[in-house]
Amino acid sequence: MADRKIPAPLPNLETQPYWDAAAEGKLLIKKCNACGELHFYPRANCPFCFSGDTAWQQASGDGVIYTYSVMRRGTPVPYAIAYVTLAEGPMMMTNIVDCDLDAIKIGQPVKLVYKPTEDGPPVPCFAPV
Amino acid sequence: MSIKGKSYIIGVYEHPTRMAADKTLYQLHAECAKGAIEDAGITKNDIDGYFCAAGDMSGLGALSMIDYLGLKLRHWDSTDTGGSSYLLQVGHAAEAIALGKCNIALITLAGQPRSAGQATGTATRVPPAQMPETQFEMPFGPATANMYAMCAMRHMHEYGTTSEQLAWVKVAASHHAQYNEHAMLRDVVTVEDVINSPMIADPLHRLDCCVISDGGGAIILAKPEIAKSLKRPLVSVLGVGEAPKNQYGGKFDLTYSGAVVSGPAAFAEAGIKQADIKYASIYDSFTITVVMQIEDLGFCEKGQGGKFVSDGNLIAGVGKFPFNTDGGGLCNNHPSNRGGLTKVVEAVRQLRGEAHPKVQVPNCDIALAHGTGGSLGTRHGAATVIMERE
Repeated sequence: MADRKIPAPLPNLETQPYWDAAAEGKLLIKKCNACGELHFYPRANCPFCFSGDTAWQQASGDGVIYTYSVMRRGTPVPYAIAYVTLAEGPMMMTNIVDCDLDAIKIGQPVKLVYKPTEDGPPVPCFAPV
Repeated sequence: MSIKGKSYIIGVYEHPTRMAADKTLYQLHAECAKGAIEDAGITKNDIDGYFCAAGDMSGLGALSMIDYLGLKLRHWDSTDTGGSSYLLQVGHAAEAIALGKCNIALITLAGQPRSAGQATGTATRVPPAQMPETQFEMPFGPATANMYAMCAMRHMHEYGTTSEQLAWVKVAASHHAQYNEHAMLRDVVTVEDVINSPMIADPLHRLDCCVISDGGGAIILAKPEIAKSLKRPLVSVLGVGEAPKNQYGGKFDLTYSGAVVSGPAAFAEAGIKQADIKYASIYDSFTITVVMQIEDLGFCEKGQGGKFVSDGNLIAGVGKFPFNTDGGGLCNNHPSNRGGLTKVVEAVRQLRGEAHPKVQVPNCDIALAHGTGGSLGTRHGAATVIMERE
């Protein structure tokens, strides 16, 4: 079955490095140099302590499925939306790909894989390990 | 200070239409306002405060709407929290009246997603690109149904909630809707009907989802002196609460809602306990929404919501916790894709003793209305209102 066409994300001033890294297959998250917390989605200012001293950090690409749902109606191709808990801590919205959609399970270990978008940078998806 | 007892709901109206392709949006708002004005027994020019949700209309919040309605005001608020806006606005109106900012407050809702052919539940929500989260969510296809479905999936995983338990929410709503001549879906359904209906977004079936309807409604609140001069039963606002819930930098839990904040605030202000509530309107965008909110409002232990809603416990005259006796969003209507206003309307009917006799709760003196707006699976606004019949 053909993959769902993924609409392109629109980077902005705060997130351009994230999408530039995505084009190289690297997932970046933000770490606050003041309070030490990691957060997602990435912001210039830490959402935990409001410090403006935040730095990019490359995530391992390892994660675990926190929850998911397979969309079966209103779409030409069924797809699995999910939240994955990254090994580093934060959760992110994503798609679970390259697998039998009926076999996805919460708690399943997954690994980062980038998927192309219609006319923008690739987006971080995850496939079962 | 507290708003307890400092305002009364003097008028409510639910538009009977479920398909209004022959009317403009502004016309529908006006018809709803007129209905509530007549219910209250006041005149349009008595109104000096207006409350609504900016997303229901075009332009600068309510500015064009107020002009269209010909209102002369001294207070207004068009805060939009999605479907819970009108519950939140009951709170804001009660606060404004308690502070003397207005004497009579009108709240309206109207919308026409059905005649517009909107695929409310299944189409990817495409918000304005400048919202900070859009680029991190929209590529992955977040619709309405699959976002609530992810909450259901996690709730099932953590607490053992089942599709059969969720189905009981719809079954109860359908038992009530059979008596509502305006309800879109009046057939009584069974648990099997729900779990055998087509899967929309795992684990939510078609009958786990609310209807898509046109329509609207209105609520009018007034200060005590005015309410007591009118002929309608006295329904006072005892307590209100509101809270946003979001993703907290990526460290969040999808099994609870903002009701964990709005509920305790409303109960504390009202000075009552869960056991005092005789009737509850609980926003039912999906069956899972009801289960989570019932837990978060403290009507049962966290994780026990599935068990709580089962075996007819939500059916008036059968169970201990009659809810949404108009059929709710699951069967009656969901005007503008926003169910908060009709939740208050049915609670007021119950308190006045004006619900359908087959679903009227005996001696209904205290009721709660609660809702969630936005998306349970990303960001939402919760609001709780507790009312008493004097």
